[in-house]
Amino acid sequence: MNTLIVSPSPHVHGGDSIERNMYGVLVALLPALFCSVFFFGWGALRVTIAAVASTVLFEYIIQRYLWRQPVAIKDGSAIITGVLLAFNLPSTIPLWLVVLGALVAIGVGKMSFGGLGNNIFNPALVGRVFLLISFPVQMTTWPVPNGFETTDAVTGPTPLVLVKQALRTQKPFAELLPGGEHSLLELGTGSGVAGSLGEISAFALLLGFAYLLLRRVITWHVPVSIFLAIALFSGVLHWSNPAYASPLFHLLSGGVMLGAIFMATDYVTSPMSRRGMWIYGVGIGVLTIVIRNFGAYPEGMSFAILIMNACTPLINKYCKPKRFA
Amino acid sequence: MLKTFTLGGIHPPREKLSSGSAITPLPLPERVSIPLSQHIGAPALPLVKKGDRVKVGQLIGEAAGFISANVHSSVSGVVLNVEEAVDASGYARLAVVIRVEGDEWDDRVKQRESPDRYLSAYSREEMLSAIQAAGVVGMGGATFPTRVKLTPPTGSRPEILIVNGAECEPFLTADHRLMVERGRELLIGTRFLMKALGVEQAIIGIENNKPDAIAKMREAVAKHALGIKVCPLKVKYPQGGEKQLIEATTGRHVPSGALPISVGVVVHNVGTVYAAYEAITMHKPLVERVVTVTGKSLARPGNYLCRVGTPVACLIEAAGGLPGDTGKVINGGPMMGKALASTDAVVTKGTSGVLVIPVGEALRKPYRDCIRCTRCVQVCPMGLEPYLLMTLGEYQRTGELERERVMDCIECGACSFACPAYRPLLDVIRLGKSRVGQMIKSRK
Amino acid sequence: MSSIILYTTVSLCATGIASAVILYLVARKFRVEEDPRIDRVEALLPGANCGGCGKPGCRGFAEAIVKANTLEGLCCPVGGETTMPAIAAALGLEASARVPRVAVVRCGGDRARRPRYSRYDGYISCAVEHALYRGESACPFGCLGLGDCARACAFDAIRVEESTGLPVVREEACVACDACAKACPRGIIELRDKGVKARRVFVNCVNRDRGALSRAACGASCIGCGKCARDCSFGAIIVENNLAYIDFHKCRLCRKCVSSCPTGAIREENFPPRKVELSRIEFEN
Repeated sequence: MNTLIVSPSPHVHGGDSIERNMYGVLVALLPALFCSVFFFGWGALRVTIAAVASTVLFEYIIQRYLWRQPVAIKDGSAIITGVLLAFNLPSTIPLWLVVLGALVAIGVGKMSFGGLGNNIFNPALVGRVFLLISFPVQMTTWPVPNGFETTDAVTGPTPLVLVKQALRTQKPFAELLPGGEHSLLELGTGSGVAGSLGEISAFALLLGFAYLLLRRVITWHVPVSIFLAIALFSGVLHWSNPAYASPLFHLLSGGVMLGAIFMATDYVTSPMSRRGMWIYGVGIGVLTIVIRNFGAYPEGMSFAILIMNACTPLINKYCKPKRFA
Repeated sequence: MLKTFTLGGIHPPREKLSSGSAITPLPLPERVSIPLSQHIGAPALPLVKKGDRVKVGQLIGEAAGFISANVHSSVSGVVLNVEEAVDASGYARLAVVIRVEGDEWDDRVKQRESPDRYLSAYSREEMLSAIQAAGVVGMGGATFPTRVKLTPPTGSRPEILIVNGAECEPFLTADHRLMVERGRELLIGTRFLMKALGVEQAIIGIENNKPDAIAKMREAVAKHALGIKVCPLKVKYPQGGEKQLIEATTGRHVPSGALPISVGVVVHNVGTVYAAYEAITMHKPLVERVVTVTGKSLARPGNYLCRVGTPVACLIEAAGGLPGDTGKVINGGPMMGKALASTDAVVTKGTSGVLVIPVGEALRKPYRDCIRCTRCVQVCPMGLEPYLLMTLGEYQRTGELERERVMDCIECGACSFACPAYRPLLDVIRLGKSRVGQMIKSRK
Repeated sequence: MSSIILYTTVSLCATGIASAVILYLVARKFRVEEDPRIDRVEALLPGANCGGCGKPGCRGFAEAIVKANTLEGLCCPVGGETTMPAIAAALGLEASARVPRVAVVRCGGDRARRPRYSRYDGYISCAVEHALYRGESACPFGCLGLGDCARACAFDAIRVEESTGLPVVREEACVACDACAKACPRGIIELRDKGVKARRVFVNCVNRDRGALSRAACGASCIGCGKCARDCSFGAIIVENNLAYIDFHKCRLCRKCVSSCPTGAIREENFPPRKVELSRIEFEN
């Protein structure tokens, strides 16, 4: 008779895996990648490939030679970090900066805490913020999207710079927008707006969001609470003084969509309970608007997420899920 | 809108391979080994010795205390020994081994229900003592003595009897077939239990993937019974969990650490109800039960009426023999069943099924670090945080485990089922639970 | 410009001083009076916080000593021969004599002697496996080999040997803190007196089943035949529940029992090799 296997129950598994979730996120990022290549040309692809190659390579080196442990790059988490890092960079950034950012993201942001599952901060954002603070010039030289045309890249300000401009001059924000409220559509689709790779098209990112919800990779709580907080807070400001930008502008511009859908929802660094997710999301939304309107930087999404990442353990401690009875 | 419980839950593939096969009596085995501890509580005291002749239904083990149950011989023949024999867990327990000779029943057991006696003819005490004498225990797996459950503590007032026909475990179909084939008897049994408890209302909860059982029970209810309602439920695991079923059918929430009676509800499995029916009308002790023998690799999955004490190997033989690629043999369903170390283990009062899993599907994958995806929190039907409970359990933080309400865990296994990192959440939580249990005990 | 620098400096200094004053006052107000001897005792302790003394860490042990003001029943098992006398000297108390002990694993059922019939595939923990079933072998008392003892050891003194599947104690590292014995769900590990020149004789089995059952499960089991007890000239061996036990206070290390045991379940440790090696086979036949 053959030897029977004995283990505690349950004896079946649902078939879900880390890989299924990670590659699900990657698929959801594809529409945005197509958009950025379409609008920014080969530069976008160049940055993305460099970022992914270096994050995966650094993770491999650290696991293989530093930890001397089985290599788990196949789980796809390093690829996601690479893509998200690239999506936070301008398409014209020098490649050595991309590699440096990847090293900080993987080495400092992820592996120093013990690898996947143990990091406190979103690795891609750690890399991004490191680059932003250390190399502010390169990081804020935004090319205006001109697709595959070979003319020299023209740089321009991201629309978010206008927020502070309007507040300084106390003019109604809508007057400063070239093309008025009409240009909000451009923000949505992405044509003609300067910015990072992944920020270019809100609609492509929302398409990815729909896919993630459909595959049940993430739940809707974090992104929706961020959107609601941003809309409400900026709405109140806009209503009190038209010099503050409108809620729709805040939602569609900059990294809000990318951050809310793909970075704030990072499993490892977001809270575990529904109530915690709401607090976390609202915190990110409010902080983003505070930084955008009153802070030194034009964009506050990445800082807001990192700050709320730091609050996550505390939220987990105090926000318990709804118990039975 | 179909009713179900609110928090968590999972949807494992149902795999009800044997739902269409009728209950078939299993040929008598050559020998049986009847454990004297088939229930929660004190083991029964043996009444027979080596060499004694016994008949089917003869009392061979007497209940030792209030929370205990009688054990009867399930076959007729000669007692070979009263000895320590390995039970399903491999630990030695006292059992009566009987060599089967013929099939001679004890004279007190009637072969069919007496046609001239109606419900009103049985008094409450008569029914309770019949159930106690027959050694009826909860047949859904918990094996709690039924008589105790039918005697609510003073001060509590039962209002509703819930008959658990959810059978939410994948693969198992024993309760399903019982409802399809013995609908009338179940109804009478339910009426008995209602009278024994003094309740006016009973609800039979059945998951919606058993439309034939729902139809059959509805038909029987329309014909016979007042105050009984059939409640179809949305398919979701663990619907058959006591607290989940109560919430799904009545909307009442049993508080943490309390028994269902605290909200005026008593739950009994359909198998138990059937056993109670037989005990009251025929004085038939609990010596046989329906067992689902199933598995994708088995030639003939089916539902067998078999005697308590029959070796699992005999059941598997009847279902086409143990396939060569077998990895696991499970006593019960895949979610909460117990893996057997050997097929020599025997069917007991609580065995609802025998499941055979091929080796390829039996082995667990190596587990990895928690990625904090919140799946376990989402699926937990008790609103706990399995990931946290596992970590606290690994570090033996017993005090914190208790504060995080580890004792609420119903061990349904939804967390381990859903975990994408294949973490053995329930293994560690169960250990933590037993440690917290010891701590609570030592406090008293 | 200079005024800005001035303002900044002054306001920062003022904040700093104010905070310092508040902190000082708070510290004064909420000061916890502690016996200074606690700190002195704690400094003498090894600081491993192993819990071997039964108190929550070294600090807890120091508090217990100072509170009791006697060393009766209080002993740091880890500190070796110097710690307790040093504490006694520091507190002016009488040091109680202490016999060095060592953890002993009482299971000889290695892979060769104890066949495995099933395969465990759950969480790697003896406690989990023990709660689930009797284990891979047929012995419901024997070592499960998953290393709960090794994980409990703070001194890296016990390790599960790959080839035998049994834990091995490194005597020189073991401090007899009892952590492994507490971690073992089957109570296989016992703390025994180290003995003269670390020589020990003990029953290498904890199986309490009837002889026939335990013999069927494992070739190295004690079958409770009582031969050793009859042969012992010092009355050091008692047989209870089919299991022999050697009282190490009475044992004179004569090793008669070792040669008389029909299953070889009695083990001697750290003795020089015998001149005439007795053949076990003779006894088995």
